[in-house]
Amino acid sequence: MSAPNKSYDPVEVEALQPEVVERVRDEALAAIAAADSLDALREAKAAHAGDRSPLALANREIGALPPQARAAAGKRVGQARSEVGKALAARQEELEAERDERVLVEEAVDVTLPYDRAPAGARHPMTTLSERIADIFVAMGYEVAEGPEVEAEWFNFDALNIAPDHPARTTSDTFFVEPLAEAGAEQDAGLVLRTHTSPVQIRSMLERKPPIYVICPGRVYRTDELDATHTPVFHQVELLAVDEGLTMADLKGTLDHMVQSLFGPGMRTRLRPDYFPFTEPSAEMDMLCFHCRGESVGNPDRPCRTCSSEGWIELGGCGVVNPKVLVACGIDPDRYSGFAFGFGIERMLMFRHNVTDMRDMIEGDVRFTRPFGMEI
Amino acid sequence: MRAPLSWLREYVDLPAGETGRDVAAKLISAGLEVETVERLGADLTGPLVVGQVLAFEELTGFKKPIRYCQVDVGKANGTGEPQNIICGATNFLVGDKVVVVLPGAVLPGGFAISARKTYGHVSEGMICSARELGIGDDHDGILVLPPEHEVGTDAVELLELVDEVLDIAVTSDRGDCLSLRGIARETAIAYGLPLRDPALLDVPEPNGEGHPVRVDDPGCDRFTARTVRDVRPEAHSPIWLKRRLQKAGMRPISLAVDITNYVMLETGQPLHAYDRSRLSGPLGVRRARQGEELTTLDGVKRVLDAGDLVIIDGNGPVGLAGVMGGADTEIADAVEAPSPLGQAQGTTEIVLEAAHFDPVSIARTARRHKLSTEASRRFERGVDPQAAAAAAQRAVDLLVLLAGGTADPGVTQLGRDGGPRSITMKADHPDRVAGVAYGWETVVRRLREVGCTVTGTDVLTVTVPSWRQDLAEPNDLAEEVIRLEGYENLPSTLPRPSAGRGLTERQRLHRRVGRALAGAGYVEAPTYPFLGPAQLDALQVPGDDPRRRTVRLVNPISDEEPALRTTLLPGLLEALRRNVGRGGQDLALFETGLVFLPTGEEPSPVRLPVTGRPSPEELARLDAALPRQPRRVAVVMAGAREPSGWWGRGRPAGWADAVEAARTVAREAGVELTVEAGRYAPWHPGRCAALYAVVRGEKRPVGHAGELHPRVVKALGLPERTCAMEADLDLITEAGTGPVAAPQVSTFPVATQDVALLVDGQVPAADVAAALRSGAGELLESLRLFDVFTGEQVGAGRKSLAYTLRFRAQDRTLTSEEVTAAREAAVAAAAERTGATLRA
Repeated sequence: MSAPNKSYDPVEVEALQPEVVERVRDEALAAIAAADSLDALREAKAAHAGDRSPLALANREIGALPPQARAAAGKRVGQARSEVGKALAARQEELEAERDERVLVEEAVDVTLPYDRAPAGARHPMTTLSERIADIFVAMGYEVAEGPEVEAEWFNFDALNIAPDHPARTTSDTFFVEPLAEAGAEQDAGLVLRTHTSPVQIRSMLERKPPIYVICPGRVYRTDELDATHTPVFHQVELLAVDEGLTMADLKGTLDHMVQSLFGPGMRTRLRPDYFPFTEPSAEMDMLCFHCRGESVGNPDRPCRTCSSEGWIELGGCGVVNPKVLVACGIDPDRYSGFAFGFGIERMLMFRHNVTDMRDMIEGDVRFTRPFGMEI
Repeated sequence: MRAPLSWLREYVDLPAGETGRDVAAKLISAGLEVETVERLGADLTGPLVVGQVLAFEELTGFKKPIRYCQVDVGKANGTGEPQNIICGATNFLVGDKVVVVLPGAVLPGGFAISARKTYGHVSEGMICSARELGIGDDHDGILVLPPEHEVGTDAVELLELVDEVLDIAVTSDRGDCLSLRGIARETAIAYGLPLRDPALLDVPEPNGEGHPVRVDDPGCDRFTARTVRDVRPEAHSPIWLKRRLQKAGMRPISLAVDITNYVMLETGQPLHAYDRSRLSGPLGVRRARQGEELTTLDGVKRVLDAGDLVIIDGNGPVGLAGVMGGADTEIADAVEAPSPLGQAQGTTEIVLEAAHFDPVSIARTARRHKLSTEASRRFERGVDPQAAAAAAQRAVDLLVLLAGGTADPGVTQLGRDGGPRSITMKADHPDRVAGVAYGWETVVRRLREVGCTVTGTDVLTVTVPSWRQDLAEPNDLAEEVIRLEGYENLPSTLPRPSAGRGLTERQRLHRRVGRALAGAGYVEAPTYPFLGPAQLDALQVPGDDPRRRTVRLVNPISDEEPALRTTLLPGLLEALRRNVGRGGQDLALFETGLVFLPTGEEPSPVRLPVTGRPSPEELARLDAALPRQPRRVAVVMAGAREPSGWWGRGRPAGWADAVEAARTVAREAGVELTVEAGRYAPWHPGRCAALYAVVRGEKRPVGHAGELHPRVVKALGLPERTCAMEADLDLITEAGTGPVAAPQVSTFPVATQDVALLVDGQVPAADVAAALRSGAGELLESLRLFDVFTGEQVGAGRKSLAYTLRFRAQDRTLTSEEVTAAREAAVAAAAERTGATLRA
């Protein structure tokens, strides 16, 4: 090391000569550029930017220069070192990125591997379809009403204007319940498994005051043997509206709204006269076939399996609440009127989702239910 | 009701080109449910003619008798020469008139006829049986026609082979449409054409000379009896009569019976014909005496019920009123050979009954005797009480015309005439029901079309016709107007319901529970709620267990499952087994649904009136008669809860998963369950968790979870180690604590301490955790059991429980002294309460 050039003695220091600094810098840059690995770069750094590197040594010589020469020399060396430092950092970054790239490639996995480690569950489509229908009406302001499945005959029949001798009130249609109390064994229990969700209409009218707007999904029972199209236990959705000035046109509009919500715009319903004791006038309700939209009718080239080329799909029964039913619930039929409808969820599932066998819906086979997921 | 179009045309002058489909469309629009339009003879082409058998030769040497016939078909074959025809039937004689189908014709079913060689001869056509013509099932022989029909007559026309039949499903309120008269009326209205009413006949005034009748029961409000003498017993029903009956779906029997059936089809009034010679004394109507017997026309001897309305003569019952006549007074056909004693050969004197009975009484009798007849179906649904006299007259006329009888001048007619019924209705009532402004003119016109008499302006007085028993209320009249104006023309409007409150908390919870369980991998399986004792036996449910107190059904689908479920498990386990049987392996199912829990002390329900709202007490009593029906949730699982795979080993479903399923449910309700060791069928006695929740301040059992008892698993054929959970969803809902109170989140550092405690093997981990928690005090942020260890190192009958305790304060960084003190307090509490010692 040269001693500090304290006394003013202009000395020419070779290492600080511009051409020398330039050369050393170029050598350093070349070495950095040539380094093809992080190790090589580390060596290049030690050689060209380390404590013993020519530029570092040159830096130390600055002190040996006369004061008036130091500034220029310092600037020269400083610039060179800065360039080398930048080149080093840039190369370092490049090489590290290359290394990372290599490591990540080595860490690659087969992302196509299956992963059924936590198999998904599902809700039954009967449940989710009932909920979906209920939600259409809840959005309109209706409330969801419920009732018991073992029901008093008064609710299931009498209050609905179904006379004691109506054919539905026989063991060929209705499940009757044995008297619950041992003491009453010789009596008629007066209880049935509800044959429809309509008793919930009665309960709703007794529990609420008009205006009443309720939707009642629920499980019901009839004495049918299980086969591809029948089941003794099935599900219905019932709607009841009681208010001032309700009309059949309102019933029609409500049905239209429902099928549009479920099957898309352009859908509509059709009413055909029918007879039920609890509604008057009564109607059978059909919906336009959501599949062919009626275009299969009289068009043998385009047969429709969904509606058997009828153009319409039978949904269920509906009508204006029979004033006698209102009276049995203490509602003034001169002031209020109502409409109601009910239909089977299984049937709708069958045509909406192309279920061909009723048994699939009641056997609990997970292969049937799983694809339906959480919502329908 | 089957209505032949040709028959309808007799009462309504329909446009000539109108097809069955056209008429059906009109009737459907008016509210009749036309199910099918049958096109009879649509695929039939002639020539099909009347022939007369001139001669035949019996061919021999074949397996069955074969006749080679020469049949005169007049000019129908173009030559006038007899037609040579091979025939396999033997029920005809030379000279008989038969139906011959000639070569070139096509019979129903696309059966083309040509001259062809058979049995050694060329058969130039065929002699037809009723079945081949599509007019009946009879194929035992060929159809022999009455002699009066001329040779060469077109048989297609004669036998009315080409027609259309509308098959109409008549709703139970429209008894009037169980007749051609009713359907013709609807047709006439639909086309705006006049109706020729077949019940509009001149009927002689009643007199005292008819067959005596005595009515002793209000269940019969009208009874007409007419007598026809000198009836030729050998007279047969003409072809047109038989054909109409056949097309309407009835079988021709004998002339007198055919006539009563024909008139019933025509007018809707059921009639009965008695052989007067077999009646003893006056006819009467009364209730049967309990145990009285009657053999009905179908040959069945019936023991009568005191509720049955019967027709009697001097000797007792001769018919089940309005349902079926008795065998003893049946009309007899002419017998072929005179009896040696010279007794009456068939019926020559007929008494006709046309009566009107109480619909409910008839319905009960028909049901009681499981005997639904054409007559009972009509009486149940309402027969026009005014039609009886006309129907009787029509039958008399036909007996005179077709059987050569003489009408007896006596006319018996008993009965009350209730007089016409009137309904008062605001003229705009139909408008208000429909939501359409029909206006007075339309309303009145439509009501008049259905046969009502209408007077009034703002308020109408509507007198309903006798045949429309169903019209009783203003809404019934509104329906008439609306259906005739067309349901399809109703506008579509939406009411504006009042603002709703959305789903209730309970309803939202039910949905959340379903989603949470499905999210945890369970598949919902709603099962039938029917239950039998064998299923409870298989579940090892003890004899005195409350689950054996069931709601029983009078008429279960299966005698093996006569009751309603008291637990969800049998159905769900059956679904599990079915899945396993179909090759399913790793299965997890859930169900939410009602169970039915009677106490046996429910009062019998009261029969409440329907004339007004019952009182709150009456309703409460009615509800008290119902069994309790709480909603349950259950899961069952078998196989792997987590399958093995490339990621490593899987994990079988275990008791802890079942308990966790209960916690999943409870979490949705915001409820923390307490778990204790339990013993409860059908669970494994050592692997059963009893679940508790605090419901309104009281600790209540809410269910069980764990592994099933191995014996249950075996009895039900389930996979080993099947696990299950069942809990009362209603109770869990009740235990819900409402909105969550947000925790204060401290941002000071956490201090973590692990402790391993040695306890007796019988000490429940939950107790140790509870002790640690209480001892650790407020600084404890969380406590987690991270290891359970048993083995030699900890000593026999002991176990080591290792916990991580995390401490944190709201307001400061804890010092190590504070943390140590808290940990030691926790351990001390565990030592005190559970005998735990720190593991060295």
